[in-house]
Amino acid sequence: MSIWEYANPKKFMETSSWALPWVAGLSVVCLIAGLIWGFFFTPDDFRQGSTVKIIYLHVPSAMMAINAWVMMLVASLIWLIRRHHVSALAAKAAAPVGLTFTAIALVTGALWGQPMWGTWWAWDPRLTSFLILTLFYLGYIALWQAIEDPDTAADLTSVLCMVGSVFALLSRYAVNFWNQGLHQGASLSMDKKENVSDVFWIPLLVCIAGFVLLFLTLVLMRTRTEIRARRLQALLARERLA
Amino acid sequence: MRALLIRDLRLAFRSGGGFGLGLAFFLLVAVLVPLGVGPQGSTLALIAPGILWVGALLACLLSLDRIFALDFEDGSLDLLTTSPIPLEGMVAVKALAHWLVTGLPLTVCAPVLGVLLNLPASGYVWLVLSLGLGTPALSVIGAFGAALTVGVKRGGLLLSLLVLPLYVPTLIFGAEVVKRGALGMEVATPLMLLAGITLGASAMLPFASAAAIRITLR
Amino acid sequence: MDLVVSDLCVARGGLTVLEGVSFRLTSGHALILRGPNGLGKTTLLRTLAGLQPAVSGSISMAAESLAYGAHADGLKGALTVEENLGFWAALHGTATVADAMKHMNLSDLRARRAANLSAGQKRRLGLARLLVTGRPIWVLDEPTVSLDTASVALFGAVLRGHLGQGGMAVIATHIDLGLPEAAVLDLTPFKAQHPLSAATGGFDEAF
Repeated sequence: MSIWEYANPKKFMETSSWALPWVAGLSVVCLIAGLIWGFFFTPDDFRQGSTVKIIYLHVPSAMMAINAWVMMLVASLIWLIRRHHVSALAAKAAAPVGLTFTAIALVTGALWGQPMWGTWWAWDPRLTSFLILTLFYLGYIALWQAIEDPDTAADLTSVLCMVGSVFALLSRYAVNFWNQGLHQGASLSMDKKENVSDVFWIPLLVCIAGFVLLFLTLVLMRTRTEIRARRLQALLARERLA
Repeated sequence: MRALLIRDLRLAFRSGGGFGLGLAFFLLVAVLVPLGVGPQGSTLALIAPGILWVGALLACLLSLDRIFALDFEDGSLDLLTTSPIPLEGMVAVKALAHWLVTGLPLTVCAPVLGVLLNLPASGYVWLVLSLGLGTPALSVIGAFGAALTVGVKRGGLLLSLLVLPLYVPTLIFGAEVVKRGALGMEVATPLMLLAGITLGASAMLPFASAAAIRITLR
Repeated sequence: MDLVVSDLCVARGGLTVLEGVSFRLTSGHALILRGPNGLGKTTLLRTLAGLQPAVSGSISMAAESLAYGAHADGLKGALTVEENLGFWAALHGTATVADAMKHMNLSDLRARRAANLSAGQKRRLGLARLLVTGRPIWVLDEPTVSLDTASVALFGAVLRGHLGQGGMAVIATHIDLGLPEAAVLDLTPFKAQHPLSAATGGFDEAF
């Protein structure tokens, strides 16, 4: 019994069709609970007023924007090393989801920034890094679209993902160097003193769990679609040959 | 490998294209920006480092798709792959040839355009030094993008989309050197980081580019 | 060292095209590959040249002993005939440009740019490249396309000379090269029976 068993498309389809409703349901429950709790049952911040409540969308989507890229990197490495097609397709499936989370983080950030900083956009290091991350996602998706042969596309996008990760990290530090910024420090950290207080913290955790599960749901659904598309291609190819 | 370098340089000179075009584009940027921004010397002096770096970067981008695409179309890439030189070495030599016909002339001509943009006197040394140190990275990173898109028909736009985000750190440190130099500030940190990017990219990326070419030819 | 191919299976675009191909080629001999269009001759030759991996089976030969001649000649229009050949000679560390031009009847064209050559002359230049590589195993894909009868005879003589010096050649061609002693391998029986299964790496089978 090995974990690689799930890399078999058939096994993956069986397991995911069983798991998908649970993951999706749990994600809906967490999101509804977390967002309602966060929006209506937490006090206003003494400085930021009710605008602070956008963190329940902003922080989880920003986290997932980065985590999605990390997941793509891991899936790409698994494809390059072990040649499991499901892994390559999962990386392909995750990219638009990650891009959407990045867009949500940018838009909610702008909505929050307007009342707080008096501007929709500032060339702050965090904001700039997210904009650059958007470009990386776009390039990755465009490369997938441009190459016809699925295995070649999987290989080349995996190489791009690896090299891109290094340069994305470099860009993050370069941007920090370039401008010190307006953005507040991380909302969550291991250091208790830095953290937001517990009343905000618990509903935020619930929201984060909801976003992680939402990401999982979307990636599972999209990977299943990709597997079916590949299956369809194989069937059509077989029909042509027969 | 020297034969390959000589051939690429000879082709670049004879078929025109990339060599003069990049420089002309660089000149155009330096002429158009003041026309757009206005002639105030103080404004131009402020934005000159950034404009010169962005201009050099875009000029470099123009000729990237020629690095491998021409050899791919006429079949030379297949033959080069079966030749005695390793593919990684071939990629490195081609990136070097690209730098010699684009990055190096841009570096040499940049001070003249600095005059057009009213760059403060203290910035010229750092402009040339930062372009000299940074443009090789642009060629090496660009060769990687070109290797990824070599099999894509009309891949020029895709190439830009892939390569420009990868150029971000080089641009930031390069422009930072000139900006600080022009203001008479200490430049050692960004200069060393810029050199680090060039050295790191030159050491690692040829392997990634060679892998991409092997995958495409497969 | 001989060229030994055993139980080779090759794929193109995710489909297995040929399987179970085996042959052995010894010094001084040529092998002519035949088969209808689209059977996978080019794929087989590219696999031999190491440009793409085999699905299964093995190819054994001395390292760096193979010169590949494709449909495209890999010529640079902006360079002269002599410069084109000189580049490949320098790359392979040989100095036989003048000989190669003489053998392929290109000496008079040495200073002409490759862009100004006729299709047949370009092909002759592409074939002359094989001579300057100095490699013993030639793998050729339709070498006689756009050559006239005289040039085909010229190439036949060059090929015979190469074999006479202990060289080898694997050639996919439909016309008679004037090499009656060369073995002929018809690839039709090796056409893959189940094109999808092997090439997709078991992906398809899993459903």
